Amino acid sequence: MILDGQQHHVLFALGYYNSYANGYDDWLAGPVSVRHALLALLSEGPKYGLRLQQEFEERTGEVWPLNVGQVYITLQRLERDGLVESGGQGASGPQKRFSITQAGSAELEAWLRTPAGDIPPPRNELVIKVLISLRVPGADVHDIVQAHRRHMIELMQRYWHLKADAAEDDVSLALIADAELFRLEGIVRWLDAADTRLSLHPLSPDPAGPAVAAAPAALRPETGIRR
Amino acid sequence: MTMVLELREVSKIYGSGAAEVHALRGVNLSVSGGELVAVMGPSGSGKSTLLTIAGSLEEPTSGEVLVAGTGLSGASPNDQAKLRRRLIGYVFQDFNLLAGLTAVENVTLPLELDGVGARTARPAGIRALEELGVADRADRFPDELSGGERQRVAIARAVMGERQILLADEPTGALDSVNGEAVLRLLRAACHRGVAGLVVTHDPQLAACADRVVFLRDGRIIDQTRTPAGPESLLTPGPQR
Repeated sequence: MILDGQQHHVLFALGYYNSYANGYDDWLAGPVSVRHALLALLSEGPKYGLRLQQEFEERTGEVWPLNVGQVYITLQRLERDGLVESGGQGASGPQKRFSITQAGSAELEAWLRTPAGDIPPPRNELVIKVLISLRVPGADVHDIVQAHRRHMIELMQRYWHLKADAAEDDVSLALIADAELFRLEGIVRWLDAADTRLSLHPLSPDPAGPAVAAAPAALRPETGIRR
Repeated sequence: MTMVLELREVSKIYGSGAAEVHALRGVNLSVSGGELVAVMGPSGSGKSTLLTIAGSLEEPTSGEVLVAGTGLSGASPNDQAKLRRRLIGYVFQDFNLLAGLTAVENVTLPLELDGVGARTARPAGIRALEELGVADRADRFPDELSGGERQRVAIARAVMGERQILLADEPTGALDSVNGEAVLRLLRAACHRGVAGLVVTHDPQLAACADRVVFLRDGRIIDQTRTPAGPESLLTPGPQR
């Protein structure tokens, strides 16, 4: 079976979220659920393991290579947990055909509705870079902010073109591009706010100054600042 | 590509003495036909001044503005106004359509001001509205149109006739994101047909649709984006740390 457009884009999204191309978002680079991606592919109907791996790789191979061993290990665990079952008496390896169970469908449905993590990143590298630049003699924080702003806008331009070049009715691709565009926009807006704040209240390059020390204790772990 | 709009060493100073404000300082900017350039910058960075000077609504204190290779300063106010009407179209955040005129009358107003008769102007106006997908709204008044439709009419007005330059000030600010995107696509399409587009904004989404983004700070151009790579580059590893 060939993947339809919708599935391509979902896997494409999973792939690039996983690889996280821009290097700014460590918190999104965590393990994207191969389990649930396989359950989603099986929700269409029974498939062989090799077919699942091919469908997965057709779209994400370059950014999210998944070897067939990983597929079978995941399928074994899904089977152990009663979420999929294999058919074919005595069949093994490539001859085994898997189908989703009722429990598997329920798991997939529950996963789709479970809120995605909304906690802040454990280490927001961009925030750290801007804060640290305030302490580096000769570093111009506004130039540093601008370098990141330009990079973000250039990334946004690429997503805009991705969306603009796609067919107007390619809704799933537009949704994926929108998600990235709004996320990057948030970063640009933070940079704009940082730029304005630092213009209005330039910080002294005193290591004992308030920039870092004033951060409430509860926030320190989230900015990743180690003392 | 032909350079349609050029700002050469443009500076603008408001006030004098202690109250002197340098809104623009030696700005050099060129926009080719078919190109859409966005100017981004914080409030007070000189964006609006840049746009009004580019549109010859205001004179620079020093430097010059060339439209299709011709300097506008030095021409009489009357001639300047004619050239503006003929060559330059404007799109504003709040549309700026005249409430007492229908959509097509708004679109053809600049032609009629230049002496083109209504019988000739109307078909041209309908064609411009057709290109923007709102020809069926030609005889509606602005208050009978949605926000997205009003902005389409405003773009039709801005690109109609022999217009070579399209200037826009936060053209999607009054629209939700999906309608805003539709307007941006039309703006891009209008520019890619040969018009030089210059849009000022602090909205990253709007800037992202431009072919080039220029960053303004304290009246100076401090940076600009490089030619955007294709979407395939999104699948390659990011910067090494």
